[in-house]
Amino acid sequence: MRTTDSFGRPLVAVTGMGVVTSLGQGKRENWTALTSGRSGIHPITRFPTDHLATTIAGTVDFLPESSQGASALTFALADLAAEEAVAEAGVSRGDFGGPLFLAAPPVELDWHNRLRLYAQSDRSNGWRSLIEAARKAREEALFDEAQFAAIADRLAEKYGTRGLPITLSTACASGATAIQLGTEAIRRGECDRALAIGADGSATAEALIRFSLLSALSTQNERPEKASKPFSKDRDGFVLAEGSGALVLESLESALARGAEVLGIVRGCGEKADDFHRTRSKPDGSPAISAVYAALKDAGMSEEEIDYVNAHGTSTPENDKMEHLSLSTVFGERMREIPISSNKSMIGHTLSAAGAVEAVFSLMTMREGVIPPTINYENPDPAIDLDVVPNRKREADVATVISNSFGFGGQNTCLVMAREAG
Amino acid sequence: MSPTDVVITGIGIVSSLGLGAEAHWQALSKPEPAPVLDRERFSPYIVHPLPEIDWSTQIPKRGDQRQMETWQRLGTYTAGLALDDAGLKTDEALCTSMDMVVAAGGGERDVAVDQAILDASLARNDHDVLLNEKLTTELRPTLFLAQLSNLLAGNISIVHKVTGSSRTFMGEEGAGVSAIETAAARIRSGQSTHVLVGAAFQTEHPDMLLAYELAGYLQREEWSSVWRRSEELGGGVITGSGAAFLVLESREHAERRGHAAYAAIGPVVSGRARRSGSALQTELAEMMNSVAAGREPLMAVSGASGAHMATQAEKAALDSRGAAARGFSSLTGHLKEAQFPFAVALAALAIRNGQPYAAFDAENESSIDGAPKAVLATAVGYNCFEGMGLVTEA
Repeated sequence: MRTTDSFGRPLVAVTGMGVVTSLGQGKRENWTALTSGRSGIHPITRFPTDHLATTIAGTVDFLPESSQGASALTFALADLAAEEAVAEAGVSRGDFGGPLFLAAPPVELDWHNRLRLYAQSDRSNGWRSLIEAARKAREEALFDEAQFAAIADRLAEKYGTRGLPITLSTACASGATAIQLGTEAIRRGECDRALAIGADGSATAEALIRFSLLSALSTQNERPEKASKPFSKDRDGFVLAEGSGALVLESLESALARGAEVLGIVRGCGEKADDFHRTRSKPDGSPAISAVYAALKDAGMSEEEIDYVNAHGTSTPENDKMEHLSLSTVFGERMREIPISSNKSMIGHTLSAAGAVEAVFSLMTMREGVIPPTINYENPDPAIDLDVVPNRKREADVATVISNSFGFGGQNTCLVMAREAG
Repeated sequence: MSPTDVVITGIGIVSSLGLGAEAHWQALSKPEPAPVLDRERFSPYIVHPLPEIDWSTQIPKRGDQRQMETWQRLGTYTAGLALDDAGLKTDEALCTSMDMVVAAGGGERDVAVDQAILDASLARNDHDVLLNEKLTTELRPTLFLAQLSNLLAGNISIVHKVTGSSRTFMGEEGAGVSAIETAAARIRSGQSTHVLVGAAFQTEHPDMLLAYELAGYLQREEWSSVWRRSEELGGGVITGSGAAFLVLESREHAERRGHAAYAAIGPVVSGRARRSGSALQTELAEMMNSVAAGREPLMAVSGASGAHMATQAEKAALDSRGAAARGFSSLTGHLKEAQFPFAVALAALAIRNGQPYAAFDAENESSIDGAPKAVLATAVGYNCFEGMGLVTEA
């Protein structure tokens, strides 16, 4: 079997995958729910919702860390997905032997801790009192909570990844960027394998309010499971969610040499930044179009070779319109026939994790020969003429997928994945 | 020499010492340069404040300036300096194809809103409802975008039209090391031809000090050089506001457009040594062996933070190799994510000017003569992660 691509670079295989979303822990639980069209979106119970316009989310509420703040939950999510992925890959858990790329949300001292410290202080001197209380308390856990390196440091320690772990953010494209960084490192010959994780447990009240103030969230609170409706006419925003996805990336040569099962191939990655606006994309969609083209070019593939699109599909009016425009420009008339579905219709938008979670689901789609549906597609947007695999799963022979991730700050990243080395 | 050698063709740096590469060279070439300090505003903490900056020289639109808080403005401004210096500012085609790696933390929270919540919390017990009440009504809607880590890169794309790619690394000093290490590796392997890489840190905000002080890392009351920080005055770090951006290119790319390079970036290494016992010192000495063996006498532009354990380990490692350390953070303050990019920039300036820096602290930094052929740049995290790289003649 060839172990290099058409450019002579090492082919990058996926040999282990793990996932956690509001639908459950692990690939089996998630896949069963996804293919039955079940939604993980529910009323928020983690914090009171008084005064909030949005009272629903796809939070992960079933872990002990679910109530311990964004930092603790993000670590737990990353850890669980990594454990599943590393176990499947058959790699020693404490000696991974390659670098770690972690997509994670920016960190901050949790409000509960901030309030607790202030209550301990003499309160006479505003922020000076707060800092003095922090210095006197010297709680390591609080320090770690506000350090951007802390989560990756703990993961690196546990899994024995090599070198300085990279934590990254490209907003809602972060998970895809983590996979891209791992893929590039293997192609450069720096390592035989890399651990790419996207994790996000940051659905705090403040995070929800911040997105809400930008009018990004759905306010269809009455029937939470119906709120995320990508490509529908009455879509009104995304649903904030949590989750994680982890992939063991490995040069195909190394995977074959140690007899590991190859779950799929990362064929190409493409990106392009948008210089138009902080939250909106250029009206002609050219950056997203360029990102799709760049991914195809990097994969050495043509438009005709793509069987399925795993959409970014956030269910915001803007994203779904622009994603349709971009894809129609690249794939032309054929776009009406290429199946495209949005996992976010069921799991919501897992932000920093989304690209990694959806890469795992894309690879499972190919392996299982089943496309998860876009649920809640009851009122199609007539301006978006797509085969969204509405409401019910579909059996299909899918050999190649393109997965899109677009984010605030002009981030556009696309991954092309294939079932076989080809 | 190879066509894919990594050369530095543009430098943008800002600190309390001034604006731009030339201002820093002038300030740091003086014997025993003096620090610029603000001892009052954040007392008992001392900070090295930003100099006065006319933002509009790099961010012409008022609307763009308003969308950013100081951290993003500082980074976007400094990225503009680097692009200008590289002669790329007005080259739309090369900006459009330029890759970007930014090392970033988070932006500034609204101090007034936070304080109002803290104050109100003393009089009631339903804190979660209080948060909802205050945050929904008092947060400025676009403030979130001024805080998001990746929006420094986003603003650089908007203002300077750098759009080849955009990646933001997070994680204090280590993020700055990884940003340069990754950018250089991409150029060497042919994955990129030209990359904008850098970071900015704005320390003049209570939360930025709080983040260090949660573990007692800051020195209080008195300024001293990084090599002479006192355990009695705290954890040893004195912070500063500043930024460093570099334009890195493949040798071939720079030569083709006829732009002279300051210096080349040789090997860059990074690590995650245990911070107990002598593990860090041992690793740093090994790193020096791997990147700078046979380069003696060697000047090391050190990003030592002043944090006691890490700084002592680094000093011992540098001394054991006879390197002449230059702890620039004595004069700029600790610039967090920008430490390593700043160290590389200062190393490149010494190469370009054919002159080493005189000691910043003559009691603790040995003298060195002659035009440097190679300069070591280091950044050892105050809490975790470390890296170094060799900057050589182009």
